[in-house]
Amino acid sequence: MTGAASSARPALRDNLFARAFRTKTGAIAGGWLVLLALAAIFAHLLTPYEYDIQQLSAAYSPPSLSHWLGTDEFGRDLLTRILYGARISLSVSVISIGLSVLAGMVLGAAAGYFGGRLDRMITTVIDLSWSFPEILVALILVAIIGPGVTGTMVAITVAYLAQFARLTRAQVMAIKSETFIEAASGLGASHRHILFRHLLPNAITPVLVSGMLATGDAIILEATLGFFGLGAQPPTPSWGAMMSSGTALLFKAPWIIIFPGLAAAITVVSINLFGDALIAGLDVRSRPRVE
Amino acid sequence: MGLLEVDRLSVGIGRLTLLEEITFEVDRGEILGLVGESGSGKSLTALAIAGLLPLIGARVTAGAVRFDDTDLTRLDEYRLRKFRGRRIAFITQNPMTALDPLQPVGEQVDVVARLHLGLPADVARSRTIEILTQLRIPEAATIYRQYPHQLSGGMKQRVVIAMALAGEPDLIVADEPTTALDVTVQAQIIHLLTSLVRERGLALVLITHDMGVVAQCCDRVAVLYAGRLAEQQGVRSLFAAPAHPYTHALIDCIPKDGMARGSLTGIAGSVPSVAHFPSGCRFHPRCIGRQSVCEASVPAATALPGGAVACHFPLNGDARHG
Amino acid sequence: MTAYIVRRLLMLVPVFLAVSVVIFLIIHLIPGDPVDNLIKIGSGPEQRAAIVARYGLDRSLPEQYLIWLAGLLRGDLGTAIVAQRPVSTLIAQALPHSLALGGLSLLVSAGAGIVLGAVAMRYRDGPIDQAIMGGVLLGSTLPTFWLGLLMILLFSVVLGWFPVSGARTWSSLVLPVMTIGLAGTALVVRVTRIAMIEAAQKDFVLLLHAKGLSPSRIRLRHVLRHALTPVVTILALRIGWILGGAVTVEVVFARPGLGTLLIKALNQHDYPVVQACLLMLAMAVMLGTLVGDILQAAIDPRVRANLK
Repeated sequence: MTGAASSARPALRDNLFARAFRTKTGAIAGGWLVLLALAAIFAHLLTPYEYDIQQLSAAYSPPSLSHWLGTDEFGRDLLTRILYGARISLSVSVISIGLSVLAGMVLGAAAGYFGGRLDRMITTVIDLSWSFPEILVALILVAIIGPGVTGTMVAITVAYLAQFARLTRAQVMAIKSETFIEAASGLGASHRHILFRHLLPNAITPVLVSGMLATGDAIILEATLGFFGLGAQPPTPSWGAMMSSGTALLFKAPWIIIFPGLAAAITVVSINLFGDALIAGLDVRSRPRVE
Repeated sequence: MGLLEVDRLSVGIGRLTLLEEITFEVDRGEILGLVGESGSGKSLTALAIAGLLPLIGARVTAGAVRFDDTDLTRLDEYRLRKFRGRRIAFITQNPMTALDPLQPVGEQVDVVARLHLGLPADVARSRTIEILTQLRIPEAATIYRQYPHQLSGGMKQRVVIAMALAGEPDLIVADEPTTALDVTVQAQIIHLLTSLVRERGLALVLITHDMGVVAQCCDRVAVLYAGRLAEQQGVRSLFAAPAHPYTHALIDCIPKDGMARGSLTGIAGSVPSVAHFPSGCRFHPRCIGRQSVCEASVPAATALPGGAVACHFPLNGDARHG
Repeated sequence: MTAYIVRRLLMLVPVFLAVSVVIFLIIHLIPGDPVDNLIKIGSGPEQRAAIVARYGLDRSLPEQYLIWLAGLLRGDLGTAIVAQRPVSTLIAQALPHSLALGGLSLLVSAGAGIVLGAVAMRYRDGPIDQAIMGGVLLGSTLPTFWLGLLMILLFSVVLGWFPVSGARTWSSLVLPVMTIGLAGTALVVRVTRIAMIEAAQKDFVLLLHAKGLSPSRIRLRHVLRHALTPVVTILALRIGWILGGAVTVEVVFARPGLGTLLIKALNQHDYPVVQACLLMLAMAVMLGTLVGDILQAAIDPRVRANLK
């Protein structure tokens, strides 16, 4: 009985992605994301330029056949830098959110499953940090750790942790009372067995979907920190840092700002649309709260 | 001829037909009981009378709702609003959720008189307090200022009734007005409604699934099953000699000697949903006297003395135990 | 009600203390000697000794915290390392600008958001609704700073309607407010629309129709009023979020304010200023939730009843 319940869920999850891809918006949004990820991974094969070689004679070129999206103040090809920037932006966001989901699930599951004082402690801290905007939490952390990729990743991980912990806790609390869990604990299963074999597999789908949506927010947060000069440090290209250096050149070479921002915008909108398609495929009961 | 005549009324949502050829009438000073299990179409009929079908995305597909010789189904929303609350009042099922929780209850009664009778605010106010007092609400002036969450269920239902009376209506449609209330309060509210009809000469359509209540206060009864009218008769003859097996089963379900009230445990199965209406007579899968013709063809309404029945094999007076 | 406000304020005290501990600890969590984080590079031993004495850096952490907190309560936020002026002066200069920007953005977000949300609900699933919700998707996903830059490009550079940056005139507020307002509005539209759709399905709305009230009156006086409760809650919870947007936008538009002060201080490692700015923003968030709770009690008598 319990085996059937836990093996049914992963199947649902696979179907969920397939189903989301089958909707029109889901296919377009998901298509863009896959394409961007591939382009970022194979950036070194796709473009004849290097992201860090300066060629001052070609500085400030507007979009042209040789430089599709133009060049920046050092004559570096913008498209190349956006693709390499995608590496940083995407991997930082995805990894940080991944860590955040992981840590949030552990905290939330522990709080929800064991209850009592542990629950109260975790909930208090989580609620406290949840009431503060992510950017503020992130700025505090960057203040402590210092600017750079590591600081950004820790900042994003911690900033979104509360969200996942809350969601996991709510899910675990809801599922905990279901009969098959009671049956398992009645049969003498250990805490670890119940948590990892029953509770988490059943709570994971909504948490993953909201993690997917949060990845979009994380891309913006990463770009914002980069824009403030607190993210990846030059010459490493990141979307936020590219726009930051472009601010002063807004009048002279607006494309330096427009294109990285556009890349970020399309990506985040795609993530949201794809997330919506995923949610639409979810069963109403386990729909995560997204606002 | 009656004040309200529902004439072969059909109602649908999209391509589904929810109500089919419902016919009944009710006159001033008369109480019509509209009965049937949940899902039989009672509430939908009530909404149709009040012209509120668009709220749930449904519409009248055929037939007429004649009120005082005006076919309400042909009126536009604006002209319909002159009837609603003014001449036709509506009492909903659950008083707990029928009032706006953010507004003092008195103001919610006031608005009807101010809107329909054009009374100024202070006149409407004293009139509201007067109506509340007539409905035996103690300290009406205090209740007037209170919010719904401060009142008991019975008190809230009285406020809803006051709201219904405020427009001085000719017809009240009450959709299960007592289901959500305690047994003692139920009796009080039913008594209150009955005396209003008798004293003021109102017409009342009382929707209920409680045959006990029907026996107690109705003059005529219309029995609905799965969106169709099963039977219509005067209350005495209906209880003495139900012609439709469904009516018969309903009467058999009246709790005796302390059975739970309102339970319809006597009939096996449940009302089919719109998408799964059976062919022929829709009651045939649950009917103990069904024949092959019941599955094959829809029974036409046949006249009874003072009523009608839609059944291929109507029960006669002495077949009551069959 | 007054008692409630007082009680609610008292409830903020532990939250304030918790936040202040975190902000206090920043100095100690940063790698390196805290003295170095509080003093200009290349300062002499006398200055170092003065700093140690002033912040009690030779004592235990709890004692240091109490010294810091006592200073805080007296309005002494320390001395800015770079500017060499009391931090409280810098904050006092920045705060009015941020309050004007944040407050105005909040008003615009709430006003435009509620109106558009109600319109979207009225024409649900029609082209107007879809257009509004499309705008909402963009408003809630586009990076604020990028949006600000595009606004400058369009309205200041191409059209020349508004000043590019600065804070000398009121017209310089238009673009920043629009930039934050778009994200804020998107949020409010979404909440208003959903809350109204939910409220419209309540039982009592049916009875309002049955009373013969006009649909527009029912929507405005009853359904919208019900929807305001969640809207106020979300707005209050997200005041910090809108202020967070203000931080970004201030930097983009080079406006004086807490955001610019904070980002500059972060880049210059001017930690007393960083601490003060974060504390101000955190307090704004806390006060926001407080105002939200009070407004909610004003709208809903049931909430008022629960207070007693």
